[in-house]
Amino acid sequence: MQASAFANKDGYSEQLITVSDLTKNFDNVKAVNKISFNVGKGELFGFLGPNGAGKTTTINMLTGLARPDSGWINIAGLNCSKNPKAAQHLIGVVPDESNLYPELTGFVNLCFCASLYGISKKERISRAEQLLADFNLEKAGNRKFNTYSKGMKRKLTIAAGIIHRPPILFLDEPTTGIDVASARHIRGLISKLFNEGTTIFLTTHYIEEAERLCERIAFIVNGHIVKNDTVANLIQPIKNLKTLLITYTNLAGNPEEKLNKAFPEFEFLQESNNQIKVHSEKTISIGPVIRFFEEQGAEVTEARQLNPSLEEIFVEVTGIEADAMKNEKNDGKL
Amino acid sequence: MKQWIAFKNIMLKDMRSYYLKPPNVSWGLVFPLAWTAMFFVRTGSGLEKAIEVLPGVVAISILFGTTSMLAVTITFEKKNRSFERLLLAPVSLELLMLSKTGGAILFGVVNSFVPVVPAAFLTDLTQVEWLTVLPAVAMIAVVSTFLGLFIAVSVSEVFEAQTFSNFFRFPMIFLCGLFFPVADLPVFLEPLSYVLPLTYGVDILHGSIHGQHIFPIWINFFILAGFCIILFYFSLKNIHRKWIL
Ligand SMILES: Nc1ncnc2c1ncn2[C@@H]1O[C@H](COP(=O)(O)OP(=O)(O)OP(=O)(O)O)[C@@H](O)[C@H]1O
Ligand SMILES: [Mg+2]
Repeated sequence: MQASAFANKDGYSEQLITVSDLTKNFDNVKAVNKISFNVGKGELFGFLGPNGAGKTTTINMLTGLARPDSGWINIAGLNCSKNPKAAQHLIGVVPDESNLYPELTGFVNLCFCASLYGISKKERISRAEQLLADFNLEKAGNRKFNTYSKGMKRKLTIAAGIIHRPPILFLDEPTTGIDVASARHIRGLISKLFNEGTTIFLTTHYIEEAERLCERIAFIVNGHIVKNDTVANLIQPIKNLKTLLITYTNLAGNPEEKLNKAFPEFEFLQESNNQIKVHSEKTISIGPVIRFFEEQGAEVTEARQLNPSLEEIFVEVTGIEADAMKNEKNDGKL
Repeated sequence: MKQWIAFKNIMLKDMRSYYLKPPNVSWGLVFPLAWTAMFFVRTGSGLEKAIEVLPGVVAISILFGTTSMLAVTITFEKKNRSFERLLLAPVSLELLMLSKTGGAILFGVVNSFVPVVPAAFLTDLTQVEWLTVLPAVAMIAVVSTFLGLFIAVSVSEVFEAQTFSNFFRFPMIFLCGLFFPVADLPVFLEPLSYVLPLTYGVDILHGSIHGQHIFPIWINFFILAGFCIILFYFSLKNIHRKWIL
């Protein structure tokens, strides 16, 4: 195996998941194409990519739901490419769509999931009650799962994925399609699990979420990992980059070209029809820019400094517009 | 121990969610009785014939009781993705499928006694060799369940599972010697009887209930066991091939 291509640089002495040259084709779609990565013990690893990038397919191969065409998977020293079920007792999975039993209550669903891992009846009941409390679902515990709202369903699905206290947890887009408050609650729970030592593999198409939660991120596009590094390292090249977002009114047309000519030391990028972004390595003095707008008969209504974010890096590396990622599922923002 | 907890709970969950529901229970009761009534009306025979009809009715009760369940416990759960949860559990596929079929087998065995109860009132059952009937009932339940399993894992929609199982079930009523001896079938249909597992199960029932049978009992058991192994093996193979993509 030559999985050291992305050797861990930040102190995770023990690799819990090692994947090399993993490939999966569906008919003539290359869903996952020779990807390699490691996840250290206790790490929160993010898999960031747009729809159809191969995130779910990768999780399915790692958890034994799909058979790789080629490549190696090693989880906790167990050869999962040879026996996909080898590490299943160490794994918890929270799928992108809930797969609990609609006709059973939340409580019974949790107890049933625990029983699949051989947990005794007494222990199942106490864990299920505890998890319902942790997830603010006590009142819904005795209701059938199909009466739950989307957010409640997602929470119960996460609870079901961790009831056997797995050392490794796979989360497939845990905050997609639910409201802001529920998403925040779920991110809090993920951080808590991570702080308690769970190794987490998280997929998302929210750049901000990946940046906020993960220590290491791999960008996956069209089945390829195009970048894999720690968040700190990824941000490094733009750490000193200053960015202003200018909002203006009363200006017809696109001032980007004119501005770039007038202020060659800055880089202007049109954001929308009344917003423009300014990037610069040096401090941006706003006075001359405002005057420029006024000379055109326009008015600057707001100029806001933006912190450097992973978004810039993602756009640069993948060539995918960040907005396209945000809107692709037209749902919950951060 | 851990595997046993999983095995037991998968089976119990299926029984609670599917088998003990009023529609299934009533289906299990009504269907065999309706067939019995139909037979008497059709042939115009009296109650003295009841014992000759019993093996066929018992076999039908088992066949329909078991096969109709698998479309729900397997195909429906695959369709709504809850089956994935079972595939993610650290339970071998063999044990998993035995626990998914265990409930149906038990249901089939229980169903088989539905026609026996009225028969006990209508006719004399003292000559019946119960020690042969019981294992035969169990074997028929297993083989019908595995036939249902094989159909359930070969399709992806619940209605397909139901259609396909009817495709097998209804011809089997006529081809397997349930009510009319296989020897009375047109010559070109006879070979078909011998490739259907129910023929051998029904033969044991006829032999042990009223004494007329074609093959030695042990050969029938042996062939039934062979069918069970083959059907289970190919069902698992299908799951590996089609569901674990
Ligand atoms: N069962 C399947 N049969 C055929 N093609 C498939 C199958 N599963 C996935 N694919 C294809 O493989 C590619 C990767 O899909 P995958 O579900 O892994 O993407 P994803 O990154 O999880 O996307 P999303 O963000 O939409 O969940 C897609 O082009 C998809 O159409
Ligand atoms: Mg996905």
